[in-house]
Amino acid sequence: MGLGQGDLLDNADGPHEAVNVHSRAQPGVPTLSRLFDLNEERELMHRRLAFTVAGVFLATSALAACTSSGDGATPSDGASTTAAGDADAPATLDFWTWTTNIEQVIDIWNKENPTQQVNVDRQAQGDELITRLLTAEKAGNAPCLMHTEYQALPVLVSNGVAADLTADVADIRSAFPDGAWGLTSFGDQVFAIPQDVGPMMLYYREDLFNQLGLTVPTTWDEFAALAAEVRQKSPTQYLTTFSAGDPGWFAGLSEQAGANWWTPEGNSWKVSIDDPATQKVATFWGDLVKSDLVDSQPMYTPEWNAAMNDGTLLAWPSAVWGAGVLEGVAPDTAGKWRAVPMPQWSAGDNVTGYWGGSGTAMSASCKYPAQAMKFMTWLNTSPEALAGLVTISGVYPAATAGQTGPALAAPPKMMPNQPDFFAQASEIASSARGFTWGPNVNVTYQSYVDEFQKAIQDGSPFADALTRMQDTTVTDLTRQGFDVVSGS
Amino acid sequence: MNNTKRSAGATSLVPARDAPQVLRRRSRRHRLAPWAFMAPALLMFTTFLLIPIVYAIWLSLRANRRIGGGILSKLTEVFVGLENYGRALGDPILYGALGRMLIYGLLVVPTMLGLALMFALLLDLPRVRLRTATRISIFLPYAVPGVIASLLWGFLYLPRVSPIRAAFEAVNLTPPDFFTSTSVFFSVANIAVWGGTGFNMIIMYTALRSIPAELYDAARLDGCGELQIAWRIKVPLLFPAVVMTFIFSMIATLQVFNEPQTLTPLTNVISSTWMPMQKIYTDAFVLNDIYSAAATSVMFALVTLVLSLGVLTLLQRRAFGEDR
Repeated sequence: MGLGQGDLLDNADGPHEAVNVHSRAQPGVPTLSRLFDLNEERELMHRRLAFTVAGVFLATSALAACTSSGDGATPSDGASTTAAGDADAPATLDFWTWTTNIEQVIDIWNKENPTQQVNVDRQAQGDELITRLLTAEKAGNAPCLMHTEYQALPVLVSNGVAADLTADVADIRSAFPDGAWGLTSFGDQVFAIPQDVGPMMLYYREDLFNQLGLTVPTTWDEFAALAAEVRQKSPTQYLTTFSAGDPGWFAGLSEQAGANWWTPEGNSWKVSIDDPATQKVATFWGDLVKSDLVDSQPMYTPEWNAAMNDGTLLAWPSAVWGAGVLEGVAPDTAGKWRAVPMPQWSAGDNVTGYWGGSGTAMSASCKYPAQAMKFMTWLNTSPEALAGLVTISGVYPAATAGQTGPALAAPPKMMPNQPDFFAQASEIASSARGFTWGPNVNVTYQSYVDEFQKAIQDGSPFADALTRMQDTTVTDLTRQGFDVVSGS
Repeated sequence: MNNTKRSAGATSLVPARDAPQVLRRRSRRHRLAPWAFMAPALLMFTTFLLIPIVYAIWLSLRANRRIGGGILSKLTEVFVGLENYGRALGDPILYGALGRMLIYGLLVVPTMLGLALMFALLLDLPRVRLRTATRISIFLPYAVPGVIASLLWGFLYLPRVSPIRAAFEAVNLTPPDFFTSTSVFFSVANIAVWGGTGFNMIIMYTALRSIPAELYDAARLDGCGELQIAWRIKVPLLFPAVVMTFIFSMIATLQVFNEPQTLTPLTNVISSTWMPMQKIYTDAFVLNDIYSAAATSVMFALVTLVLSLGVLTLLQRRAFGEDR
């Protein structure tokens, strides 16, 4: 019924609409450009169905058939046991994922393991896949293997969909930097194996910087001064834009500043979205936006594409996958961009955040946990799979070995002028810090979009928007029944 | 129907005291026949409308709650009574969306129906050239799906890709900003008017074509000009069609979703809860709270029903009473 439900939803409403609300885990081209660029696959698109009242009724009717009163396994079940069963026994595993060309990578596995076949099912992408996974779990037919963005993982965990992998990953812990495990862990429990990461870095237009005589900023203070310099030297251009449409981007900037939006404390969640670090980030950008030193149009719109192409925007704080995005939105600018470490809050520091990224999780109801675990380990740590992920799927692997392999010797297509792009990226990746995602990131992200849009419109302080983001998040967690400790 | 049967049975073959039994048997068979004919429709109605509605109401009384302790404790569906309704009714975001919907409706409905009426009357004038071609070209936008239309218009609205803006700049005029907090209402309404006028025009035009030509001849003999014919004969006779298109447009306004939802990622002006349907959608599929979404949907469906029936009752005598 899980599949049927999806089909019904699809058919019920005709044309889909693309809505970019959440962060992108993958090299992502904006949804709109995607509609007009059929070749571009490297994207995490959040497709939304157009619903009318009738549509909602129809959808809920579909859900009706999927609801079962029985409870699945609770997430804390088997917290300290390893996946039971013989890892080499025959099995058929379903894998719901949207990674580009992942079928070709999995073909390698399927050839080597004729009795353990993995079937890729492209149900949906990003948050839409999460919605479908929740439904499939209710219907009792969730796939064994699931692709999930890091910030969506807690939703899967608190709904009992994702299995606890803590004991299973003991052997492969050293294959990943600690920061990567932080993205898939809550307290000491691990619920997914990191697949790809998006350490943030700053892209800038080398040609235009030279033309205007600009210096690459190494601190945020320099960044702000540069933004003013750009406006003064060329009033039609902006250094960059602040996007109220990309909460994952803002979260990454906050990670860099040292924020910890959610922290498990005993049996409670400590929520501190408006902590001093994030306040600092919000105020910094708020001031720039208010004095019109940076643009405030959302990213991933035709407008933004044009601005990235024609040089209206000179720089883009993005992630390692940003080069792939540029290829999609501004192909004519190949060779004109350069990627450098993010500006720092204190001179001499070397730290960055993550924008997006995703991992592989296993469903709690998986009948072949041992085999699934074996596959997940192979996909995310074996040299052949990592090479495949890089060259075939174009992702930047989370595994340390995946960030240095020969597959990454050549720079991305957009950066021929920077042959050591991936060497630099690897260095930057090692300086990335993440934070723990809470169980209602979807609410927080939506609140970010709503509040920051409003703040830009009204010209009200960003710090207030942040406070409302905090309040919305705490209210929702409390209403769901979690114990919440608020504060900074 | 029963009366004729009774008299037939009573007068001929059947003795009088058996008559009720036969009657019952026959009429039972006859009573079943309409149900058999209606069965497919009823089945579909029950499966795809009645059960979903009941399920939506059921969902609206429930919510996900944490059961047991811990930071990752599982969420379980529990019964919460009318809590979802209470929260929806106390939600300022919903009222904001309703207010915007009202403004939008006040812009769209009169403009769209006025244009449709005007086009229909113009096309109905005698000696109009290229009648079919014109009719089709006015109707054509209706064939463009709302999402596609919104994308097209979105491109026209966005400053850096907008040819409209380029045209203004070419003649040294200040180009309009289509996405300010005020102009956005006109920008979104424009898409709906563009898409909906043709459909409503066709309804009105069809109604016009069914008005007997003798009425016009009589009017002309009495000295009416085309304008007077339009105003004194056509428009009053069109009233039922106008009422119908009004109710359609009103319901479409209550359900407006595609246009704003498509434009949402393009601009900071349109939030994800700009219109009521967007709020319901966001609750259900972004925030994963189908329970609140169900409660809002149920209330919204009730309001739609009451409004439609109210408008119908109010206008019915005026619109359809003249035939009686």
